[in-house]
Amino acid sequence: MSTDKAYYIPSKAVWPFIGTIGLMTTLAGFANYLNGFGYGSTMMVFGLMLFVLMLTGWFALQAAESESGMHNHGVEISYRMGMMWFIFSEVMFFAVFFGALWYTRNLSVDWLGGFGDGPGRSTNMLWPDFEAHWPTNGPGEIGGEFETMGAFGLPLLNTLLLLSSGVTCTWAHHGLLAGHRDQLIKGLAATVGLGFLFVICQATEYHEAYTEMGLTLGSGIYGSTFFMLTGFHGFHVCVGAIILTVVLFRSMKGHFTPENHFAFEGAAWYWHFVDVVWLGLFIFVYIL
Amino acid sequence: MSSVVAEHDDHHDHGPEKGILRWIFTTNHKDIGTLYLFFALAMFFVGGTMALIIRSELFEPGMQFVEPQFFNSMTTMHALVMVFGAVMPAFVGLANWMIPLMIGAPDMALPRMNNMSFWMLVAGVLLLASTLFMEGGAPASGWTLYPPLVLQTGDALPFAIFSVHMLGISSIMGAINVIVTVFNMRAPGMTLMKMPLFVWTWLITAFLLIAIMPVFAGAVTMLLTDRFFETSFFDAAGGGDPVLYQHIFWFFGHPEVYVMILPTFGVASTIIPVFARKPLFGYTSMVYATSAIAFLSFIVWAHHMFTVGMPIAGELYFMYATMLIAVPTGVKVFNWTATMWKGAMTFETPMLFSIAFVVLFTMGGFTGLMMSVAPSDFQYHDTYFIVAHFHYTLVPASVFILMAAGYFWLPKWTGNMYNERIGRLHFWLSAISVNILFFPQHFLGLAGMPRRIPDYAVQFADWNMISSIGAFIYGFSQLIFVWIVFDTIKGGSGKATDEVWEDARKHSLEWTLPSPTPYHTFEKPPEKIPTEHF
Repeated sequence: MSTDKAYYIPSKAVWPFIGTIGLMTTLAGFANYLNGFGYGSTMMVFGLMLFVLMLTGWFALQAAESESGMHNHGVEISYRMGMMWFIFSEVMFFAVFFGALWYTRNLSVDWLGGFGDGPGRSTNMLWPDFEAHWPTNGPGEIGGEFETMGAFGLPLLNTLLLLSSGVTCTWAHHGLLAGHRDQLIKGLAATVGLGFLFVICQATEYHEAYTEMGLTLGSGIYGSTFFMLTGFHGFHVCVGAIILTVVLFRSMKGHFTPENHFAFEGAAWYWHFVDVVWLGLFIFVYIL
Repeated sequence: MSSVVAEHDDHHDHGPEKGILRWIFTTNHKDIGTLYLFFALAMFFVGGTMALIIRSELFEPGMQFVEPQFFNSMTTMHALVMVFGAVMPAFVGLANWMIPLMIGAPDMALPRMNNMSFWMLVAGVLLLASTLFMEGGAPASGWTLYPPLVLQTGDALPFAIFSVHMLGISSIMGAINVIVTVFNMRAPGMTLMKMPLFVWTWLITAFLLIAIMPVFAGAVTMLLTDRFFETSFFDAAGGGDPVLYQHIFWFFGHPEVYVMILPTFGVASTIIPVFARKPLFGYTSMVYATSAIAFLSFIVWAHHMFTVGMPIAGELYFMYATMLIAVPTGVKVFNWTATMWKGAMTFETPMLFSIAFVVLFTMGGFTGLMMSVAPSDFQYHDTYFIVAHFHYTLVPASVFILMAAGYFWLPKWTGNMYNERIGRLHFWLSAISVNILFFPQHFLGLAGMPRRIPDYAVQFADWNMISSIGAFIYGFSQLIFVWIVFDTIKGGSGKATDEVWEDARKHSLEWTLPSPTPYHTFEKPPEKIPTEHF
């Protein structure tokens, strides 16, 4: 067992290898599926099951170790730092898609429309009639006519949902720090509920876009950036909500103390990160 | 779950498990480091074989051995395997082995994740290698995977993309582990400015990795959706732009090449002082120079795209910003030289490789400076000149330093000295042949021979033949290193002392440990921190 001074170093790890096999099988299956091989989807499901098994087993092990006091202060600091740098990598991942939106919207679509044309540029030869505008599906009008998503219907509601989930999450954290388990559980339940409500609203919005507005992933650069940004964000909301659900169940089982609750903190940081990304989306994708 | 608790005396010589499972499930930083190093060495020969296929085809004009499509697959796969399978993993292996030893830590901070990042690497490389056997062949678009060309890849495309994802996950996990270890696991008294420079350069490299691998993942994800899910990111007809991919790729790609060179600098700064028997000249300036290079690497990416048709303001900005890199790099070269100045130098194999690195890397740096001048780059772009340039910065720099690191630390790892005569033979064969291999490519490039083509005009015949001869000498002489590794493990030329190199103990903590290093080290933090290196 760990003491205050000693750093816990596990002597072997079974789950990482299993998880790697799971992920590799999933991705190879997906690739085969994309290439039109029927067995790809079976492979994918099998790999995903293995991956989920790994997540369950590994996190259960971590939780058990944490509850038995093996994670001293030093280990906690490692986990916190690890989580922060992981979130930083996620920031960079979203930055790519925000960057793509900025670049196309402010630079390359204008160039397509002839801005800055001079000798040696071929734009006007290919699409002499194209006039730059945003939103656009390009000179080829890829994907046909579409309507753009307004900001003040469901998206505004979604903004309010996520912002209030950030508040309930912090309220739960205060409860945990003060030793009020009841407040912790209520706050977490509210956060998870608001999170899933967000996902439902987002799904409704997508459904509307596809069925009524003609707006799809294939609607040129507008559709591409819209669905990639909101889609990856929605995926992260799902992951965050699942993590928070696990933390909720652990709280109900009596896990965590005011001093030792890295899992809660990590989940909360992740949730706030997802929240901030949404604010970026709301401004740059929906409002502007 | 049994556990090893650092700082517990009763576990002092707790050895490893027996059998293959030890290697699959290990969390020990030395085991994982060894796995990384052997994997990298194996991939070095896989990538090297591909290079020899390229050089065989280019031995003389005309089509000799392979189809053009396969030739292009070879240039692509050679690069991907060497970058992601050989050089990067080799440095991660060194980081795993040496960082805990150098900062007096019992292990890496996140040992289970450490195991996962190794297996993710293997899985990623397996996915990549599997594309060689697919309908339509392996990716043949060059390692940069530019659209629209790359979108014409056959069944290999999604596999290559997912391979990049897995390699990215592996690198990010490895990098997070390095950063957390350095920030959280240093022995008492080991302040940041007392860390050996290898640790410093890896800390900065790890930051680069976390910042750029997600960017590459995002770029290839857009390739995937453009090909399979009807998006138009890189399709002008839909309002996208193929040049967007190039910007994103090189925002990743430029720091990526520094990921391969910064740890190289770190190892060189660790080895040279030991054999010059002097402290490293300008330790603090080395740290700042490394940070400056890392910062600059994020704001110079479009110098890879001078001929793509950027606005003139962009060309000028990226030209001047790129030239700035020469300043901190010059500081480093100056410091290495000043470290050797009036030192009591001896020329064991690690030092020979390190000196060759300083000289030959500087040449690679100078050709980089030539190409940073945008108007001149219009002449050099996509010719063999650039091939010569980046191979000078990767082979006689990164690879030479990896070899130097091998010779330098093998006695510590195995407890045995390597065979010095054979080591020097390896060095001289490598140092001479690498110049026969790459120097003529400067002439070819300046004369206008394009890269990534299987055939060429007859006026390029002579230098290509010389280059190919150099390639075969260089490639086969690397087998000597494999012999050295196994011979040293089996006993080499006798037992190594704990300190191995004269007064090495003054420079860094690993030399205070027994040779070979016990399975667990620094369960109690070291009492005295060496200070000779700054």
